Amino acid sequence: MMGSENDDEAHLHASTEDMENLFLRDDKSNSDPLSPHPITVATPADSDPLSASPQSKPNGGDSRSYIEPPSYADVIFSPFDDNSEINGSDDTHSSDYSLSRSPSSSVSSDYIKITVSSPQKEQETSTSMLSGGGTYITYLIATRTNLPDYGGGSEFSVRRRFRDVVTLADRLAESYRGFCIPPRPDKSVVESQVMQKQEFVEQRRVALEKYLRRLVAHPVIRSSDEVKVFLRVEGKLPLQASADVASRMLDGAVKLPRQLFGEGGGVEPARGGRDLLRLFKELRQSVSNDWGGSKPAVVEEDRDFVEKKEKMHDLEQQIINASQQAETLVKAQQEMGATMGELGLAFIKLTKFENEEAVFNSQRARANDMKNLATAAVKASRFYRELNSQTVKHLDTLHDYLGLMMAVQGAFADRSSALLTVQTLLSELSSLEGRAEKLEAASSKVFGGDKSRIKKIEEIKETIRNTENAKNVAIKEYERIKENNWSEVERLDRERRADFLSMMKGFVVNQVGYAEKIASVWTKAAEETSQYDRESS
Amino acid sequence: MESSTEQARNVMQSPRSPSSQPYLSASVTDPVKLGNGVQAYISYRVITKTNLPEYQGPEKIVIRRYSDFVWLRDRLFDKYKGVFVPPLPEKSAVEKFRFSAEFIEMRRAALDIFVNRIASHPELKQSEDLRTFLQADEETMERFRFQETGIFNKKPADFMQMFRDVQSKVSDAVLGKEKPVEETTPEYEKLKHYIFELENHLAEAQKHAYRLVKRHRELGQSLLDFGKAVKLLGACEGEPTGKLFSDLGTKSELVSIKLQKEAQQVLMNFEEPLKDYVRYVQSIKATIAERATAFKQHCELAETTKLKEINLDKLMLTRSDKVGEAEIEYREMKAESEEATIRFERIVKRMNEEIVRFQEQKTEEMGVAFHQFAKGQARLANGIADAWRALLPKLEAASSA
Repeated sequence: MMGSENDDEAHLHASTEDMENLFLRDDKSNSDPLSPHPITVATPADSDPLSASPQSKPNGGDSRSYIEPPSYADVIFSPFDDNSEINGSDDTHSSDYSLSRSPSSSVSSDYIKITVSSPQKEQETSTSMLSGGGTYITYLIATRTNLPDYGGGSEFSVRRRFRDVVTLADRLAESYRGFCIPPRPDKSVVESQVMQKQEFVEQRRVALEKYLRRLVAHPVIRSSDEVKVFLRVEGKLPLQASADVASRMLDGAVKLPRQLFGEGGGVEPARGGRDLLRLFKELRQSVSNDWGGSKPAVVEEDRDFVEKKEKMHDLEQQIINASQQAETLVKAQQEMGATMGELGLAFIKLTKFENEEAVFNSQRARANDMKNLATAAVKASRFYRELNSQTVKHLDTLHDYLGLMMAVQGAFADRSSALLTVQTLLSELSSLEGRAEKLEAASSKVFGGDKSRIKKIEEIKETIRNTENAKNVAIKEYERIKENNWSEVERLDRERRADFLSMMKGFVVNQVGYAEKIASVWTKAAEETSQYDRESS
Repeated sequence: MESSTEQARNVMQSPRSPSSQPYLSASVTDPVKLGNGVQAYISYRVITKTNLPEYQGPEKIVIRRYSDFVWLRDRLFDKYKGVFVPPLPEKSAVEKFRFSAEFIEMRRAALDIFVNRIASHPELKQSEDLRTFLQADEETMERFRFQETGIFNKKPADFMQMFRDVQSKVSDAVLGKEKPVEETTPEYEKLKHYIFELENHLAEAQKHAYRLVKRHRELGQSLLDFGKAVKLLGACEGEPTGKLFSDLGTKSELVSIKLQKEAQQVLMNFEEPLKDYVRYVQSIKATIAERATAFKQHCELAETTKLKEINLDKLMLTRSDKVGEAEIEYREMKAESEEATIRFERIVKRMNEEIVRFQEQKTEEMGVAFHQFAKGQARLANGIADAWRALLPKLEAASSA
């Protein structure tokens, strides 16, 4: 993750910062490092970023806040961000940091804030042979919300383990087919063995928080029973884990929502012995679709859908690419700041040295010049680092959307699998009808009727009726999923546009703001050395 | 507030000053690659402008190569002990790099500075070797250059010196003087310590300056790649996002170009002067070594002279017939000892003057370098701010829509 580097970097610079601090403090008396520089961006009248920023306090005040570079966690408030959802002083690491979404995704008064914290070890209490007395980690999940769905203004918290999250994700996938459901964090078995336990737990905590926040950002899913139960009900999670091993193993298997059981319940999800048969039929169908030569995997009649799917795929590729380049950019900015700081330090040492050893006035003059240069370099280095932590915050949007693109894929996959079910049933139907025809033809040739054949025909006709029902249900399901797909993709497109716009704006505003600050630092240094201005170059 | 040396230099440098004022200036230009394969090298045009009578006319152009500059430096170092002879850029270690445009230009600039510093140094500018360097035709120059290499070119005096060195080492052993003879006045100690420490500090600053050049280039490259990626992303999106991404990408590429340009400036106007400073300090270290040698000689010859004197007195007392010989030896040794002392003292005097010059020169040159660096960084940052700022109106408009 792009953001995590800053924390390490903060440690590395701890000792060099002491030197910088000592140096800059001496210099405070005659320099105003952050004279409010007019920003030409149209910011809202009520928030003057420079005066509100904790980092632009005047010299006399708490100079420490200026000197210490902000760690990624502290930077919630960007001095240059035009974000209307500024959460002022909420400084703690686990405070609400939602995606800087535009107003389109949140009405001003509604809110739901989730925090995941305090992991702790617990003992397996069940006597099940599967778990065998091991330990697991639970996380405290605290919710603060005023959504009417959750009963007005309320706060509550529960403890959940990772397995519960998997269950939640699975149930949502079943109930909300066709929706763009944010993907849950990986199980990552390998990592848990390779990493230090603490690191892994922390990484997982962060991932869980992100996941849950994304879930409740979804206008439909946030009000789902599954999510409500997950967030509110204390104790054991009252959601059944999908015991559907077969269907979980074979993607593209039919998973009909519970609601359909009530409606003429003809079609049960492909489970157990009989269902494995259906599973294999569907597999065969999809394979025959696949290898039909000219036929696509699932015969999709909707041109628009195919186009949309391709477009989404392209978009995903470009987001991946842009996200990678963004990471490289962030690294480069970081390195620039670091090297600039090291240069400044080297000149600080030189200044001290020349002053200590000075025999001639020319040395003292040089020491003074070096001091001006060093001061500028150290300040510029600070600005580069601040700029970078802001840049990370904005360009992270690209990274976030990778996850969301996966959600879109999931939604499209739901549609394809529903279509596959329909097609399977259709072909079953036609083969059954074919058999019935044959039997009838054969039976009519026998004089007086063919008792065994007639019985068979009856059976087949019964199966045909059932399959017909199933087909109708499947078609309804398919149509429903198509609807969900469409509205979700619309919503996502809108939100993505808004989020990208906000990202671009934030990125650019920061670049402008910090470039101006850096420019003023160097302009001052140039003025201080203006006696060396030789116009010959 | 110019120092007297600066004023002198300016007068010397300017060909436009009235012809009554003596001037001498040179420029090193037009690097050209000559020869093939392993023997390929770069040649430079050296243009001399002067009104000094010792020179052949107001303007002279000669062709020189790097080893000719090395020859000049070695000669000056040899003849003007105690003077901080201006440093030369290094011989390139890496074959590949030797003919890159950047390296060639950096070297040319450094050689230009080298010659001009010599031409404006009160003692060095009068050197005959300088005149040879600036005026001799290429064949003559080549001959001179070949003469200086190898043991075959040692003059008789040098052999005598080597012999005497061995002698004095023997007498040291005989007399039980194992300790190296070293000058130890507090001021000189301070100076030596200063020079050695300074080299370390400067080397570190130069290292970071060089890295900073790389960082500029890396940041520039990453912005270029980012710009391209963002443009491709924009192509997937509808309006207005698509166009905005495209504009963002274009700006990113623009900013990238500014960074590459500034990287070059930082290299030539900031990192190179720092490197030059380091070289200068190394040259001073070489002079310090020369002074130590001269001091040692002066001490040892004084000792030897004393011994000869004692010996002579002894012989005179015993009225030996070896007195005449001994007297001659004694006088010769005394003369040499006096010469050695004079040489040593001249070095000391020169060094005292040179140090003042050096400090003033460096303050001036560094000041210029710092100023240019600060100006360049300010210009870069302002350029970057302007470039990005141009996008804001459109972004604002799209946000409020």
